[in-house]
Amino acid sequence: MSTATTIPQVLVEVEDAARWFDVSAPWLERVLSGKKRTMLRAVDGVSFTINRGETLALVGESGCGKSTIARLLVGLYPLTRGEIRIDGQSIAELKGPNGKALRRRLQMIFQDPYASLNPRWRVGRIITEPLNAHTTMSQAEQSARVDELLLQVGLDPADKLRYPHQFSGGQRQRISIARALALKPEFLVCDEPTSALDVSVQAQVLNIMKDLQRELGLTYLFISHNLAVVHHVADRVGVMYLGRIVEITSRDELFENPRHPYTRMLLSAIPDIEGKGRSRTPVAGEVPNPLNPPTGCAFHPRCPQAREQCRQESPELQTIGDIQVACHAVANHWPQNQASGSLAPP
Amino acid sequence: MNPLQQFWDSDIAWSWRHSSLAIVSSVLFLIMLVGAFGAPWLAPHNPFDLATIQLLDALKPPVWEVNGDATYPLGTDSQGRDLLSGIMYGTRVSLLIGLASVTLSIVVGVVLGLLSGYMGGRIDALIMRVADVQLSFPAILIALLIDGVARALAPKDMHEVIAFPVLVGAIALAGWPQYARTVRGSTLVEKNREYVQAARVIGISSPVIMFRHVLPNVLGPILVLATVHLATAIITEATLSFLGVGVPPTSPSLGTLIRIGNDFLFSGEWWITIFPGLALVLLVLSVNLLGDWLRDALNPRLN
Amino acid sequence: MKPVLEIKGLSVEFATRRGVLKALDDVSFSIGAGEILGVVGESGAGKSMTGAAIIGLLEPPGRISAGEIWLGERRIDHLSNAEMRKIRGREIGAIFQDPLTSLNPLYTVGKQITETITTHLPLSYSQAQQRAVELLEATGIPAARDRIDHYPHQFSGGMRQRVVIALALAAEPKLIVADEPTTALDVSIQAQIIELLKRLCREQGAAVMLITHDMGVIAETADRVVVMYAGRVAEIGTVNDVIHQPKHPYTVGLMGSIPSITGHKRRLVQIDGSMPRLNAIPPGCAFNPRCSKVMQDCRDHRPDLMGAGVSQAACWLYKGLQ
Repeated sequence: MSTATTIPQVLVEVEDAARWFDVSAPWLERVLSGKKRTMLRAVDGVSFTINRGETLALVGESGCGKSTIARLLVGLYPLTRGEIRIDGQSIAELKGPNGKALRRRLQMIFQDPYASLNPRWRVGRIITEPLNAHTTMSQAEQSARVDELLLQVGLDPADKLRYPHQFSGGQRQRISIARALALKPEFLVCDEPTSALDVSVQAQVLNIMKDLQRELGLTYLFISHNLAVVHHVADRVGVMYLGRIVEITSRDELFENPRHPYTRMLLSAIPDIEGKGRSRTPVAGEVPNPLNPPTGCAFHPRCPQAREQCRQESPELQTIGDIQVACHAVANHWPQNQASGSLAPP
Repeated sequence: MNPLQQFWDSDIAWSWRHSSLAIVSSVLFLIMLVGAFGAPWLAPHNPFDLATIQLLDALKPPVWEVNGDATYPLGTDSQGRDLLSGIMYGTRVSLLIGLASVTLSIVVGVVLGLLSGYMGGRIDALIMRVADVQLSFPAILIALLIDGVARALAPKDMHEVIAFPVLVGAIALAGWPQYARTVRGSTLVEKNREYVQAARVIGISSPVIMFRHVLPNVLGPILVLATVHLATAIITEATLSFLGVGVPPTSPSLGTLIRIGNDFLFSGEWWITIFPGLALVLLVLSVNLLGDWLRDALNPRLN
Repeated sequence: MKPVLEIKGLSVEFATRRGVLKALDDVSFSIGAGEILGVVGESGAGKSMTGAAIIGLLEPPGRISAGEIWLGERRIDHLSNAEMRKIRGREIGAIFQDPLTSLNPLYTVGKQITETITTHLPLSYSQAQQRAVELLEATGIPAARDRIDHYPHQFSGGMRQRVVIALALAAEPKLIVADEPTTALDVSIQAQIIELLKRLCREQGAAVMLITHDMGVIAETADRVVVMYAGRVAEIGTVNDVIHQPKHPYTVGLMGSIPSITGHKRRLVQIDGSMPRLNAIPPGCAFNPRCSKVMQDCRDHRPDLMGAGVSQAACWLYKGLQ
């Protein structure tokens, strides 16, 4: 999808990012019942980079932290630990005096097309808002830019007088995209932008996103739980589980040759249209409660390769050739074991 | 379709047309509104103009009774003032105070509710505790308290001047918590919606988000609350005036009229207190019924 | 052999103050014993409405305005509420999307299943309890004997959906109507639940109506599939035919717009426009404004299902191929 055959320039760098939420019971209750503070480790040490013009997809199931990462990247949550840099500039500066300039370079598209537009505002006003906040464009100039943006996403300039409820889900997502593009950002964080849309509408939106990326040289972080969509849009893919990245590599490599046991299981669990009633080996167990994660490697209770080391030690993300995997079995080249869910003998 | 036709065709206008309750209460309220604010032009007499008052006409019964006089359709009071005119002017006072206090209440309540919901933390805790404490007192008591304190603090000759603002302020202050709570609840919900997050990503400041983005979306239930509150405010004012701590006697409200007439109730001149009482009941009833209808009419559409 | 479920010309209408809306318009299909029929379509196509009409849970002002629903030898579309209550559970089991709201939070799981059994089957309470435990075990819930006394909130999402399946199968119904049973679940759990549904239904010989928007799930699970559009049936046929050799231009577009892991589509097929709202369904074929193969006939006359063989499409392109 990207044509980056030149030296890849890193646009986004995430280093050991973590975000913990304090979900403890109120102070009085803790004092009276002796409970400790409970922290929800939504993201616990994530590192990756994204090159200019590239699409990195983060994929995972509920509770894996992908939505939290999206919000960390645009400054909606503060980091508990670690650093995030956009083109060398730390996003901690978003709050500071240089924050405005940085904000113009990154924007976000949300999952829910019905809630991401203010129902009381007309579409024109919605798209003009970032222009008002960041530029000194005159009203005429703003109006012209809004028209331009609406046409770019396949809508009509006359639509700027309408209210969001007069549009369908797919059209609203396109309005969101138009709003995100108003300031000509370089980096777009897309949090499940098509998950709430019908499949044919999804196709329209994905096509537009790809076209715009080509035309404007955009860099995308694409969050999704749908591996088929990810296969269609991504250059590189990162798989997340309970707040950490377990595998990250190029799209083709991930789908053709998955290394991490969780990735393997995910891929085999997807209902695929091409599969003519193939019998899959369903994944054992369920995603554990993020408030009470397993010790060591978070995946070990469900992993057919799990050994004693997995229960005790959490694996680091290691670079093995072109891929990065966080798994003891892969790092130590343990033989494949097909028994499900039990600790294999060392 | 011009805007008027569009409105007539809208869901709420249709609902109104099909609810006899709404039509009747609207008509009633409209009559009282016109009678009240048109009093200077419509009232048959001016009860405040000492020159026109005929003491000889005092205590005349309503027109359909024996001794009744057509010039005074509902009779006169002990001073010879026409009751019908008195009621019209009185309704005007009651309505003015009611509307003013509700408006003030809404402004204070909505702003505090927004702040409370959006900022959270200590501000939220403080505002809500104040609201909780206040809600545990009956509104009348609070209004009495504020009124009494104001009277104690102000010199005697200022009483008449400050009576109105104090009264409006007292009733408003007694009523803000309900708006604050409702708005706070809606704000908590809207705060987490994606359009607010989108505004934050763009870099819009919190006050602007609160008032430009969130406020229009939390005002929905306010209209219904306000209509019910208007009825309460009028009753509260009437009660305070009845107790003698409301409006000054120079501009009597319905409550004042009821109090004055109360003394004559058992000596046979029943009309002096009954008619103002009836007017009060009709006013409050029509407002309440309108509020009921509005709540039902707006409800499913809100989804 | 009479099919377990047969729908003939079913139409559902909503009377609103702006006029009558047709949510379903002349829908017909049947399901045989042990067969899994997928009902597929996008939002607003009417698939959930069809399920609701069959179970008898249409929300007023919606009502069945035409057509017949036959459950085996018995016609059920005109039955009273009381009679439908007897049928629900015993003859028709329902599985809905949200396991959280499908179970009563105030009763234990065991009580709910046991009650369903005793209501419909001639078993004693203790026999029913035993059966409840067996059912939970069959749905793969570990330590069923203990968990039978747990409340719904003590189960995770996937487990809850298994309980819902157990509940649906408790009275041994002939027909299961499953409305988006896996949409709210994680992908890895979806696979488990689909497997379970397939296995248990085949074991009991129940017919299954699987309503979903996810073609992948249909591909793996269903024998035949109905594609719905704007309240009408666009195409019906075996899963193989409909997915790999779709006839109706809408189905063709739909299949082309689905991203796949194995395919390498440069660009997803895009059907311009969107499904018409119920109050703006065009005359003739509902799909005609968006169809690349539209002919004059399509604008004037609404096509019935036509085409040779088991698989048929409501499309004039197949006229004369009877």
